[in-house]
Amino acid sequence: MADSVSKEELVESIYQEVAKVQGKKQLKAGDLTKLMIKKYGDAVSKNDVKFAIKELIDSGRCVYTYFGGSFIELPHEEGAAKHI
Amino acid sequence: MSDTPLLDQLETGPWPSFIADLKRMAAKKPQIKDLLGQLERSYEEKITHWKHGGIVGVLGYGSGIIGRYSDLPDDFPGLEHFHTMRINQPSGWFYTTAALRMLCDIWDQYGSGVMNMHGSTGDIIFLGTTTDNLEPCFQALARNGFDIGGSGSAMRSPSCCCGLSRCEWSCYDTMEACYDITQEFQFELHRPGFPYKFKFKFSGCPNDCVAAVARADCSVIGVWKDDIRIDQAAVKAYAGGELKPKGGGAHVDKLDIQKDVVDLCPTQCMSWDGSTLKINNRECNHCMHCINLMPQALRPGTDKGATILLGSHAPILEGAQMSWVIVPFMRMEKPFDELKELGANIMEWWTENGKNRERVGELILRLGMREFCLAVGLDPVPQSIKTPRCNPFFFWHPEDFEAEAEGKTYIKL
Ligand code: SF4
Ligand code: SF4
Repeated sequence: MADSVSKEELVESIYQEVAKVQGKKQLKAGDLTKLMIKKYGDAVSKNDVKFAIKELIDSGRCVYTYFGGSFIELPHEEGAAKHI
Repeated sequence: MSDTPLLDQLETGPWPSFIADLKRMAAKKPQIKDLLGQLERSYEEKITHWKHGGIVGVLGYGSGIIGRYSDLPDDFPGLEHFHTMRINQPSGWFYTTAALRMLCDIWDQYGSGVMNMHGSTGDIIFLGTTTDNLEPCFQALARNGFDIGGSGSAMRSPSCCCGLSRCEWSCYDTMEACYDITQEFQFELHRPGFPYKFKFKFSGCPNDCVAAVARADCSVIGVWKDDIRIDQAAVKAYAGGELKPKGGGAHVDKLDIQKDVVDLCPTQCMSWDGSTLKINNRECNHCMHCINLMPQALRPGTDKGATILLGSHAPILEGAQMSWVIVPFMRMEKPFDELKELGANIMEWWTENGKNRERVGELILRLGMREFCLAVGLDPVPQSIKTPRCNPFFFWHPEDFEAEAEGKTYIKL
């Protein structure tokens, strides 16, 4: 990754994109990749975004969800679940 | 009267019944009684009572767990959460009995005990657990050398036929290739980043026992390049009835070589004069018909590899598609670098261009085989042409004019 975009900044930037649309729109990993490349141009690669998403998921700040396709969202209460 | 009169009918036929199995399980797992009750209700009302999808998973993975909930949790509390776990099967579905016992014990401890060997993609399917049990179950599996498989918009667990381990026709080591590709694409398997699912399936020969051509986005089917090996004495033994066709499994007891073999060759490239069988191997399309009928007389050649085909899937956006040839022959030797590179290029192009829920075969239909070949760096090959002579148009790209000006010719006279 180019010096101008640190991994932390990229992770935060992706998080903000996910948070911005939470509850309104669902983003896939590919959507986030396109958004980051649009924002940072050559300073980030697809691989940088891939591993930044991994960091967000591994830290628990974001989760994968499945609604007819897999998306990346903020953790939220499962609509379909009734707690035991 | 029984609580489940409709389900009970499923026990009356001559075959083993999953209802009988579930009733046996219900004695020790209370949620199975609810499962039977909900299924009976669904049969009465002709509607499913399952909700599916959502957020559940194990930490770090976005694949392999399918959230499932009853929409009648008050009536069937044991099914409030009844999630499915997909467990990546070993190559070729070989298990020791100790491994099978271990899987059963883990699922007895953390789930309903109900499992399906195997799901249509190939995974071991664990049916029914609660959200709280997902992570400990995953950890127990991992400690015993098993991992969760793929689901959602991810690579699905690759699967293969038993290949060289049991089958003399296998043109490459399907189990090794399947294992190696599974390891190579771990990220893609566990962390969904695709427009939709992507499947690899490996068959050792064109008999295609894992139905790769119909069920895998990327079908890797073993093939040979040289001549079919013929043992003429054995052909005569089949003709004389000393050898049974298909090892005794054919529709006839004694082969009529002309009628049963030669006349049914799809490319009409065989001949039989009563004592010698000849094959014009240039015209053979490797359908396996003759080899299947006379396995002791005919064998695949020795120059072996695989044909790579792309694009099959069940109906989603478009109707069902079969895979079609993109690489007629690829050498299949460890570390399978050529296949890995091609697979990665395909996934990258599809991720970049595919719409949500669009399989790679559908994307090729939408954008064209030409775009695909240019993007992944494949040369066009005649074997990719689905319907010869059906299109009278040739679309020139600017690069074609430039290449022609530099002396490239397109028609060999
Ligand atoms: S696909 Fe071919 S090699 Fe594989 S098990 Fe079937 S017959 Fe044998
Ligand atoms: S494999 Fe099929 S096409 Fe080839 S010679 Fe035998 S029957 Fe003919």
